Amino acid sequence: MSTAIDAAQIRRRTQELLAAHPPATTGRTDFLQARFDAGLAWVHYPVGLGGLDASRSLQPVVDAELAAAGAPDNDPRRIGIGLGMAAPTILGYGTEEQKQRFLRPLWVGEEVWCQLFSEPGAGSDLAALGTRAVRDEGGDWVVDGQKVWTSSAHVARWAILIARTDPDVPKHQGISYFICDMTDPGVEVRPLRQITGEAEFNEVFLTGVRIPDSRRLGPVGDGWKVAQTTLMNERVSIGGARIPREGGMIGTVARTWREQPALRTHDLHQRLLTLWVEAEVARLTGERLRQQLVAGQPGPEGSGMKLAFARLNQEISGLEVELLGDEGLLYSDWTMRRPEIVDFTGRDAGYRYLRSKGNSIEGGTSEVLLNIVAERVLGLPVEPRNDKDVAWKDLAR
Amino acid sequence: MTAQTEAAQAPDLLYSEAEEDLRSAVRSLLAGRADAPAVIAGIESDTPYDLRLWESLAAGIGAAGLLVPEKLGGQGATHREAAVVLEELGRSVAPAPYLTSAVVATEILLALGAGDGPVAGLLAELAAGRKVAVLALPFSTPPADGAAAMTGTLERTVTGVAEAEAADVLLVPTADGLYAVETGGDGVAVQALVPLDLTRPLATVTLSGAAGTLLADAGPAAAAVSKGLLAGAGLLASEQLGLAEWCLTETVRHTRERHQFNRPVGSFQSLKHRMAQLWLEVVSARAAARNAADALATGSPDAPLAVAVAQAYCSRVAVNAAEECVQLHGGIGMTWEHPAHLYLKRAKADSIAYGTAGRHRETVAGLVELPAP
Ligand SMILES: Cc1cc2nc3c(=O)[nH]c(=O)nc-3n(C[C@H](O)[C@H](O)[C@H](O)COP(=O)(O)OP(=O)(O)OC[C@H]3O[C@@H](n4cnc5c(N)ncnc54)[C@H](O)[C@@H]3O)c2cc1C
Repeated sequence: MSTAIDAAQIRRRTQELLAAHPPATTGRTDFLQARFDAGLAWVHYPVGLGGLDASRSLQPVVDAELAAAGAPDNDPRRIGIGLGMAAPTILGYGTEEQKQRFLRPLWVGEEVWCQLFSEPGAGSDLAALGTRAVRDEGGDWVVDGQKVWTSSAHVARWAILIARTDPDVPKHQGISYFICDMTDPGVEVRPLRQITGEAEFNEVFLTGVRIPDSRRLGPVGDGWKVAQTTLMNERVSIGGARIPREGGMIGTVARTWREQPALRTHDLHQRLLTLWVEAEVARLTGERLRQQLVAGQPGPEGSGMKLAFARLNQEISGLEVELLGDEGLLYSDWTMRRPEIVDFTGRDAGYRYLRSKGNSIEGGTSEVLLNIVAERVLGLPVEPRNDKDVAWKDLAR
Repeated sequence: MTAQTEAAQAPDLLYSEAEEDLRSAVRSLLAGRADAPAVIAGIESDTPYDLRLWESLAAGIGAAGLLVPEKLGGQGATHREAAVVLEELGRSVAPAPYLTSAVVATEILLALGAGDGPVAGLLAELAAGRKVAVLALPFSTPPADGAAAMTGTLERTVTGVAEAEAADVLLVPTADGLYAVETGGDGVAVQALVPLDLTRPLATVTLSGAAGTLLADAGPAAAAVSKGLLAGAGLLASEQLGLAEWCLTETVRHTRERHQFNRPVGSFQSLKHRMAQLWLEVVSARAAARNAADALATGSPDAPLAVAVAQAYCSRVAVNAAEECVQLHGGIGMTWEHPAHLYLKRAKADSIAYGTAGRHRETVAGLVELPAP
C-alpha cells in the first residue's frame, strides 16, 4: 500500500503545489485546501482524502519543503482534537459520505472539533457513561445528558460524542458513537475555570439534541470499539510529537540555567542534569517508536510515551519554578479567559507548572495507563471485576 | 551551541535482521551452556569461566572479532552487533570476558591503528578468540579519566582490574605509553579479590620487573585508552538493558504464577504498577542503549554525549530492575539458589563500572553546557 510513492515524487508534487499556488500570493485557506486536494495534507491518508496512500515517513519531506517555502500551516494547536482523534476515527469507521464531508474542513482548520466523552459520573470508567441517545420514529437520534472537561467546546463546530443507546445490556455493549453538531440549539456550553485561571475546558449540557442517523460512526451498540480508536490515537498524539534535542520544556529551563548563573545551586544542578538525561532518553524513545512504525513493526511503546511525557513535564516545570526563585513567586495573569488553543508550554513557568498537572489526567490518567501497560503489554492478570456482566442500568452509582 | 545542533543523520535505533540472527545464536548458546544453575555452580568453583562457552562465543560464533575489520582477522561488524551480544550476556550474566577484552581492549588496539606489528598481531589473536586482553585500570575508570591514566611506570600495583584472571595479556598505561604485558611472564602477579559481583571477577595486578612491549607512545595511547573506555561504557548500557529485561520478564512470570489471597500476586495493582513502570524504563533504556551503540558504530561526533546519556540512564534502570526483582519474588528472591541475586550483584557492580551515573551526568553537563554553580 505504501510502496508506490517515494521521496523524490513527493518532493516534486510539493514543488508543483507551490508553483500552482505561490504562498506569497495565495490566501491561507485557499492554500491549505489546495494542499489537501493535492494529497499533501497527510500523505498516509487515502487518495481523495488529503493523502497519497504513501508511507507516513514521507510526511516530514512535505513539511520541510513547505516550511522552507514559507507556506502557512494548519496551526495544529488549534485543531488538535480534530487531527489527533476525530480524523483517525472517521477514517476508520466513517462512511464514504462522512469522510468526504468532514475530513477536508477538519484538516484545513475551517471546522474545529471537540470530544464529548467524559461525564461527571464517567471519567476513568468511561464506559459507565449515562448520556442517552434514543431513536425517534424517523430513525434519527435524540440526545440528553451532560458532558464535562470538554476542551475547546466553546470554539468547536463539531464533536465526537459517545452516548448510551441501550441501558439493558452490560455497559460496554450499549454505547454508540456520533458526530454532534455543536450549533444545535440543544447544546449549551459553559466554561469551567481551571487552576491556571483560564477556561480551556467546559461543561456541555445536551438537551433534546437531534442527530440524524447519517452522523452515526460505526454500528449501533459498537461505540465502545470505535471509541478505542479515538483513545489510542489521543494517547499517541499527547506526547507523541517529534522534537529536537532540548525541544520540550527542558529547553526552556536549560536556557535559563545558561543565561542566569546567579540562580544556580548544587541541588538544582543535580536535578536538572537528571531531568535533562531523562528528557533526552524520552525523546530517543519516541524516535525509536516512530522508526518502528515506519518499519511496519509497531511496538507497544506508544502506551508508555504519555506516561513519560506527563511525569517529565511536571518535574521539569516544577524545577523551573524553583530555579526562578523570586520570579517563581509570581504569575503572569489570573484573568479568566477562554483560549482558542490548547497550550502546554506557553506563557510563564507558573503556567507550565499548573497546566502540566493536567497531563497525567487528560486522555486517561497515569494510573489507568499503568493498568493498561500491565494488562495488555505485560499480560498481568486483570483486577477481579464485578461490572462485566451487569446491565448498565443495574450498576452502582 | 552543542546542545541545539542535531546530529546530521538520525540514529538507527532498531535491530537489523542480521543483528537478530546474531542474537538468536548467542541466546541459544547461553541457554545451552550457561543456565542459572550452571552459572551458580561456576561462581562457587575456582574459576567461574567456562572455557568451552568462551570458545564457542568468541571463535565459534565469531563474537570476539565483531569490531575488528576482516583484513585484521575479524568479522568487520560494528558496535551495534557487539551491543546485541552484550544484551544477551546481560540477560544470562554468564561470566565471559567479552566487554573487557572484545570491546575495551580491542577498541584500544584498533584506535592505535597499526596495519602490522605487535598491535595487529595481538588484535588478530583477540579477534580469533585465541587470546584475552584486558586494560590494567580499575573497572570503575570512566572514559573521562582515560587520558589521566597515562602515568607511572611498569613497576606498579593496580587494583580492581576486571577479568584479569582470564587475560593472557594486560594493556598497561604508563607515562611512556601503552605496554602489552603477558600475564604468564616473570614479574606479573594477578591476585584474585573477593568481588561483589561473582560473575565478573576482579583482581589486583602487581608488576615488578615485568617485560612489556611498547605498543604506542603516551599521546596516541591516551586517545586510544579514552576511546576504549568510551566504547566500554557505551556498550555496558546494552548489558544493563539485557539484565533489566531478564529481571522484568522473570518478575512478571513469577507474579503471574504465585498465588496469595486466592489470586495471583501479579493481579494486585501496586505490583502491576511497579512492573508497568519498570517496563517503561526498560523501553527507554533500549532507546538510550541503541543510540549509544549506533553513535559508536558510525563514529558520530555525538558519541561522547550518547554514551554519557546511556550510562547516566541505564545504570539506574538495571539496579532498579534487579532490586524490584528481588522484592517482588519475596523470600525466594533472597535465596542463594534463585538467580535473582546474580542480577542484583551484576547490576550494582555495573553501576560503578566505567564511571557511576553521577560521573556521566558531569560529562553531560560539560558537553551540553549546563555548568555547575
Ligand atoms: C485538561 C483536561 C482536559 C480534558 N479534556 C477532555 C476533553 O476534551 N474531552 C473529554 O471527554 N474529556 C476530557 N478530559 C477528561 C479526562 O479524560 C478525565 O478527567 C480522565 O479520564 C479522568 O476521569 P475523572 O476526572 O473522572 O477522574 P476519576 O476517574 O474519578 O479518577 C480519580 C482518581 O482515581 C484514579 N483511578 C480511577 N480509576 C482507577 C483504577 N481503575 N485504578 C487506579 N486508579 C484509578 C485516577 O487515576 C485518579 O487519580 C480532560 C481532562 C483534563 C484534566
